[in-house]
Amino acid sequence: MTDIASPTVRISARPASAKRDIGIKRRYAAERRFRAYGIAAISIGLFFLALLLWTVISNGYTAFQQTTITLPIEFTEKVIDPKGERTTDGKVLMTANYPLLVREALVKQLGIDASKRPLVKQATDMVSASSRTLLRDLVVADPSIIGKTVPVTLLAEANIDSAYKGQIDLKVEESKRKVKDQQVTWMNQLAEAGVLKKSFNTGIFTFGASSRPEAAGVGVAALGSFYMMLIVLVLSLPIGVAASIYLEEFAPKNRLTDLIEVNINNLAAVPSIVYGLLGLAVFINFAGMPRSAAVVGGFVLTLMTLPTIIIATRAALKAVPPSIRSAALGLGASKMQTIFHHVLPLAMPGILTGTIIGLAHALGETAPLLLIGMVAFVVDYPGSPMEPSTALPVQIYMWANEAERAFVERTSGAIIILLIFLVIMNLGAILLRRRFERRW
Amino acid sequence: MSTSLLLLLIVVIGFIAYFAGRARSLAQSGGKLSNLHSLPGYHGSYVAIWAMLPAALVLGTWLIAAPIYIDGSTRAALPDTVQSQGGAAVQLALGQVKSVAGGLLRLSGEELSALENGSANLRSTLASKGVALAGEGEPYMVTVAQHFNAMTVANRWLMTAAVLLVAIAGGIYAIRNVATRFRARNQVERVILGSLIVASSIAILTTVGIVASMLSEAGRFFTMVSPFEFFFGTVWDPRFAAAGSGGASGQFGLLPLLAGTLYIAFVAMLFAVPIGLFAAIYMAEYANPRLRSTAKPLLEVLAGIPTIVYGFFALVTVGPFLRDISAQLNGLATGNYQNFIQAQSVVTAGIVMGIMLIPFVSSLSDDIITQVPRALRDGSLGLGATRSETVKKVILPAALPGIVGALLLTASRAVGETMIVVLAAGVAARMQINPFEPMTTVTVKIVNQLTGDLEFTSPQTLVAFALGITLFVITLGLNIYALYIVRKYREQYE
Repeated sequence: MTDIASPTVRISARPASAKRDIGIKRRYAAERRFRAYGIAAISIGLFFLALLLWTVISNGYTAFQQTTITLPIEFTEKVIDPKGERTTDGKVLMTANYPLLVREALVKQLGIDASKRPLVKQATDMVSASSRTLLRDLVVADPSIIGKTVPVTLLAEANIDSAYKGQIDLKVEESKRKVKDQQVTWMNQLAEAGVLKKSFNTGIFTFGASSRPEAAGVGVAALGSFYMMLIVLVLSLPIGVAASIYLEEFAPKNRLTDLIEVNINNLAAVPSIVYGLLGLAVFINFAGMPRSAAVVGGFVLTLMTLPTIIIATRAALKAVPPSIRSAALGLGASKMQTIFHHVLPLAMPGILTGTIIGLAHALGETAPLLLIGMVAFVVDYPGSPMEPSTALPVQIYMWANEAERAFVERTSGAIIILLIFLVIMNLGAILLRRRFERRW
Repeated sequence: MSTSLLLLLIVVIGFIAYFAGRARSLAQSGGKLSNLHSLPGYHGSYVAIWAMLPAALVLGTWLIAAPIYIDGSTRAALPDTVQSQGGAAVQLALGQVKSVAGGLLRLSGEELSALENGSANLRSTLASKGVALAGEGEPYMVTVAQHFNAMTVANRWLMTAAVLLVAIAGGIYAIRNVATRFRARNQVERVILGSLIVASSIAILTTVGIVASMLSEAGRFFTMVSPFEFFFGTVWDPRFAAAGSGGASGQFGLLPLLAGTLYIAFVAMLFAVPIGLFAAIYMAEYANPRLRSTAKPLLEVLAGIPTIVYGFFALVTVGPFLRDISAQLNGLATGNYQNFIQAQSVVTAGIVMGIMLIPFVSSLSDDIITQVPRALRDGSLGLGATRSETVKKVILPAALPGIVGALLLTASRAVGETMIVVLAAGVAARMQINPFEPMTTVTVKIVNQLTGDLEFTSPQTLVAFALGITLFVITLGLNIYALYIVRKYREQYE
């Protein structure tokens, strides 16, 4: 700033130049303003980037911790199998009253009078309703457990989880919040006894969709996304590279190739939702593929990614100097040999960078998947790409629509997982470029 | 034999053919490779291509043609009473026959004969095997289903035989061609070139697919709702596709959606263009390399963040913030703490979309500004203009066409953006000018109409394709014009 200000001072100090006022002061002020606008613009952009990341991380980092309650559960035969039919009737173990086991253990632990129904209800509400399936799976896997007392780690209910993490304002009037005073007392009591504690939340990585936040995770959605990425990679890389080789190296310069060229540039800018409509009309309606299947999602995302890959590949091919081609041709290689043995390997880093960026884009894409029915409540891992599945960003969309506080945390957690995947992919692309990029 | 097994067999035959062709050419060369026109690998590939490609083509055609033929034949085998009831009834009967056929395969011999002589109930027998029938089965279905099963089995055997025969015949034909002077490489390269052409035509096919699928579905929509009503209607009220309501019960006016789309895109551009443009100018003209190499990639991170994340950001941060701040402002001004900005509103969606667009504007404009020749800049500075004057009076006018093109590209992105508006703009289709109220967009309505259970005959569903083609045409127009401008501009300075 000083080097700009000093000439201004000098000019005004000389009375002779005051006659020819070329407005230097005003002009330099305008210059400074202009610079300030530029700095402000960049700062605003970076500020919003920081705010966005901060929102996601501050809301979401707690999702990687989960409050659990470890209770000694007594697997009494009287509750699970009162009539002793479990060897003859397989349904007994599946339909037994497991919540009762939890209730009894909790009542014992907290020392509540079991005859006070509302009190007992409040206590059992502290434990996730997913405990039922947890205990059932334990018993079905090993029926000999019946009759023993085993410590089992149960998930705390979402509101207790939030309260224990300090996200619920306990100063609010009791009737206006979801955690009752009695529950808070119990919570602290259990925490002091070391029964209730926070631990790393593996569930968010492994669980599927659930209407209960504490039992919801992105595992199933991530597998669906993985299937789709695999399909996109397997289809779009060879097709994209083949198409660009033809367009860049073989195609005669005529109307048709011009048309293809304009076409590809346009396809790159077509709104993604239009690809969803295409997938719905062609793959599902016309070809009769299953709805909600990862394979359809993969096809749609492939079509969407192709233009990106083609544009990147053509740029990479163009960057290989013609001298390489001439040398190979001069030594007697055929045109095909020149391209596949010399040009393509040299262009490979650029192609892979473009592919990774295209894949990262496809991984975060949501809109077309909504239209082909991947907004599905999928609880179990899809065994193959033909089975109903959902995707990471779609899971985020579905959670974002849930009203509960605990789901905001889960949504942010899922976004963090998605962003980590994207960061890894983009870092890979950058490293690839740094490591292999050649300046000719 | 299943299709995947057959495919595997073809690949195995291809492998054998490759090595056979290679071995034969080596044998013919008499130990001296220079006797051969093409390298042994090319001879091998030539034989493998002949073994695999025709067989794969036969397999593909067969897989498409056979079900059509079998369906036709089964349909013809249905009794006349069903045939006379018209298309829908035949289709229904065909579906039932197929599920019966699937069920018959699971039955034991006695159960089958009991079914044939009519002593057992079709539905309950099949239900005990886990096959649920939609209706009470008719006796004729068993015979037709058996006919269907017999044809399916015969078809499978015929297909296997034909495909394997073609594979082996192709291989043998090709291997007889292998000779020292045979131009195997040229043949192989011709096939590769063909596959390259096929790959590049996929881009064309995608466009054709987009246009054809949307036009046909939108055409069906326009038989139910007149195009005039759609394009010039001012009320969007599609109602639900009630069973038995038959025709168009709702109103499908495009204008409120289009107004919302353009309004939100306008607000987004109003936010993104100044910031993006100034950032680009600063980075191209003022910033030192160090700042440039950190700030530019950081800004571009904004472009890499999935739009669903922006939607979430609007939903939990920007929307509530605007709502609360408006309540505070209103309270300070009038004493009435009532928010005048809704959490879901045009400004919320516009600002968040604007943030997303900043890197598009800035990096596209940056490219264009740096393309302005050095000489223009030096001339202006040499005449005593300050840097900002050079930018305003020389560089920007020179770069203007390119920047306009960049802005049009950005605008087309704003118009087609979906996830942000789905979460931040609201679903109420209204025509109004208050930016603090929710409005909805074309993309939101496409998503709304197509999520959930679908029935592809109702206008409520088909309208999504009419909306889609409208969106496609708008963005296509913007893109083509923008690309044209950018291209022309590039030629100007090259």
